Amino acid sequence: MGVEKINMPQLGESVTEGTISTWLVQVGDKVNKYDPIAEVMTDKVNAEVPSSFTGVIKELVAQEGDTIAVGELMCYIEVEGGGSADVAEEPAKNEPAVEEPAAEEKNDQKIKEQKQEQHENKDKTMKKRYSPAVMRLAQENDIDLDQVEGTGKGGRITRKDVEKVIATGGTQAKQSQETVQEAPAQSSEPAPSPAQPTSASSNIKTQAGDKEIPVTGVRKAIAQNMVKSKTEIPHAWMMVEVDVTGLVEYRNTLKDKFKAEEGYSLTFFSFFVKAVAQALKEYPQLNSTWAGDKIIQRKAINLNIAVAKEDQLFVPVIKDADDKSIKGIAKDITDLAMKARNGKLTSADMEGGTFTVNNTGSFGSVQSMGVINHPQAAILQVESIVKKPVIKDGMFAARDMVNLCLSLDHRVLDGLVAGNFLARVKEILENTNKDNTPIY
Amino acid sequence: MPVISYIQAVTQALREEMQRDEKVFVLGEDVGKRGGVFRATDGLYDEFGADRVLDTPLAESAIAGVGIGAAMYGMRPVAEMQFADFIMPAVNQIISEAAKIRYRSNNDWSCPITIRAPYGGGVHGALYHSQSVEAVFANQPGLKIVMPSTPYDVKGLLKAAVRDPDPVLFFEHKRAYRLIKGEVPEEDYTLPIGKADIKREGSDITVITYGLAVHFALQAADKLAEEGIDVHILDLRTVYPLDREAIIEAASKTGKVLLVSEDNKEGGIISEVSAIISENCLFELDAPVQRLAGPDVPAMPYSPTMEKYFMINPDKVEKAMRELAEF
Repeated sequence: MGVEKINMPQLGESVTEGTISTWLVQVGDKVNKYDPIAEVMTDKVNAEVPSSFTGVIKELVAQEGDTIAVGELMCYIEVEGGGSADVAEEPAKNEPAVEEPAAEEKNDQKIKEQKQEQHENKDKTMKKRYSPAVMRLAQENDIDLDQVEGTGKGGRITRKDVEKVIATGGTQAKQSQETVQEAPAQSSEPAPSPAQPTSASSNIKTQAGDKEIPVTGVRKAIAQNMVKSKTEIPHAWMMVEVDVTGLVEYRNTLKDKFKAEEGYSLTFFSFFVKAVAQALKEYPQLNSTWAGDKIIQRKAINLNIAVAKEDQLFVPVIKDADDKSIKGIAKDITDLAMKARNGKLTSADMEGGTFTVNNTGSFGSVQSMGVINHPQAAILQVESIVKKPVIKDGMFAARDMVNLCLSLDHRVLDGLVAGNFLARVKEILENTNKDNTPIY
Repeated sequence: MPVISYIQAVTQALREEMQRDEKVFVLGEDVGKRGGVFRATDGLYDEFGADRVLDTPLAESAIAGVGIGAAMYGMRPVAEMQFADFIMPAVNQIISEAAKIRYRSNNDWSCPITIRAPYGGGVHGALYHSQSVEAVFANQPGLKIVMPSTPYDVKGLLKAAVRDPDPVLFFEHKRAYRLIKGEVPEEDYTLPIGKADIKREGSDITVITYGLAVHFALQAADKLAEEGIDVHILDLRTVYPLDREAIIEAASKTGKVLLVSEDNKEGGIISEVSAIISENCLFELDAPVQRLAGPDVPAMPYSPTMEKYFMINPDKVEKAMRELAEF
């Protein structure tokens, strides 16, 4: 013997519930299939509900007057053979009751473990599949999607994931992250944005005993600027030889007194810088910048000078060099060099250069090809002053000679103007003496 | 506020409109003495008489044609198609005449008719008593198609339809008639035709649907809320012309959109909704726009198993929602 359920049947197209007006059977009654068991009233019809089975009514679940939704239980009927309703349910209820929770727990545990496992070797195939919304949000808010954890299917980063990251302040900027990963920066100089060329040779193999020096800070900036200058600017080069015997004599007569009075040295370099500033005023073409569709000629004459410190090279600026006396320039050079050595240079000291004068002579160089300080148009290298035998007035003479080497941006400048400029510098320097060159 | 059923809201709206305006009259098969096969016009015959509650022959083209003619002469007819499935003989009248007369006459004539029809399946109605026919009319400028989901919307929108200066098709889900109950104010009010309504606020996924499916979505959303999935539900209410602004706003809100319709999938209302979303929301979308709809077979089957397979239900909606939420 089994037990079956009889449910409220669908009694019309829009009927969703029915009210039992009369039960036509009682518990214990034997009914045949299709015998009416109850009268049911709906909005549309009054109908008799037929029995779905042949058997004995076991329990009337709904009472007369009850409104029951379509598909809900009306009564139980005992039928021949195995029923589908309570048979399985009832005996099952008591016996495994104790064990059930345990089994369930085990199941739960299993599921949890499975989930854990899934979580660990989580599918990441969708991690790099970005929806349009994710792409847009990442771009607008400068989000590095590599740093965002995806909660979507296959590790996909959802729009909500990105919105959450934005709400909590975004990702770390790519640049600063790189700086963090590398060795501590040696200088407080702002790190330049990383570019391809400097890291191009990163696949070079090292051998035993080789020392690896991380490229950071100023070194990195130098590398970048040099690559940029050499790859962007078509360099041309020329050199003139200048007789500075008079200048050397003049300076040597002044230097001790000057040092005593001013507290700093009157260097040769100050004279060269002054001469360049003067010549630039007359040849502004060299005091300019290539700007793609135009050439910008600078009004201010701000001269970068190179100051080396161990593995670092700084190019601070002597502002408005054309306004300054030789003494003023000497003072600026001293100040800037001091600052550079003490790591005190500010970005204001480094900005605004329009032309560079490089004192290569201080290393003993007699000839060098400078790399232009991008985006300027030229760089002048002042080499070592060397006493040399030269022919003067048809006779050998011991003279103080110096080479001035000029690298120029051939897009901006041609040989003629550069040559004229150098000739003018040469003229100024060769005529430097106590009669026509005041240092104050 | 009294709680009444969906079909009581229909009756209430009709009664109030007939009381308000003498030009409003009802015509259709069995709408008079019988009060309609679904009892939608129950009591109207007794209250307003045979002149304003007309029992017609079994000829839908005539019901529509008479209604259209009366409307063009200034009356406010509410024609009933006993089942939306039976509207087919009247399609020529509705599309060629009612929808076009204002345009064709350069604004001299208009046709303020309302055509009511019960649609939808899941009621063992089989082929001729279960269809969704909105897509047939949904590319006919000049027509408006309203498909409300709640008793409140039924009353407000049916009144608005009766007062609308142009033809309105008003499709009522027959399974909703007695299944859906809700609070409806006793006083007079109308709701704007052409405006969708947010039935639930949420932030994880957006479901855009209409008619009975709104309730499936609401039920599924309640279940998913327990799992922490927050569902936004937009009820279109008017399926033609569509409320583009509301659709764009709802889709943009979450970027994950599920469109649900009981109608056959291909070429349905939700296909147009999908097109609006892809035209306007590309950079808001976080998942492909999903459609859950009936299969592309000719009709709702009679066999309960097959009918169940054809019909959407809360479980199917829930499954589709969960998949989208997890994407």
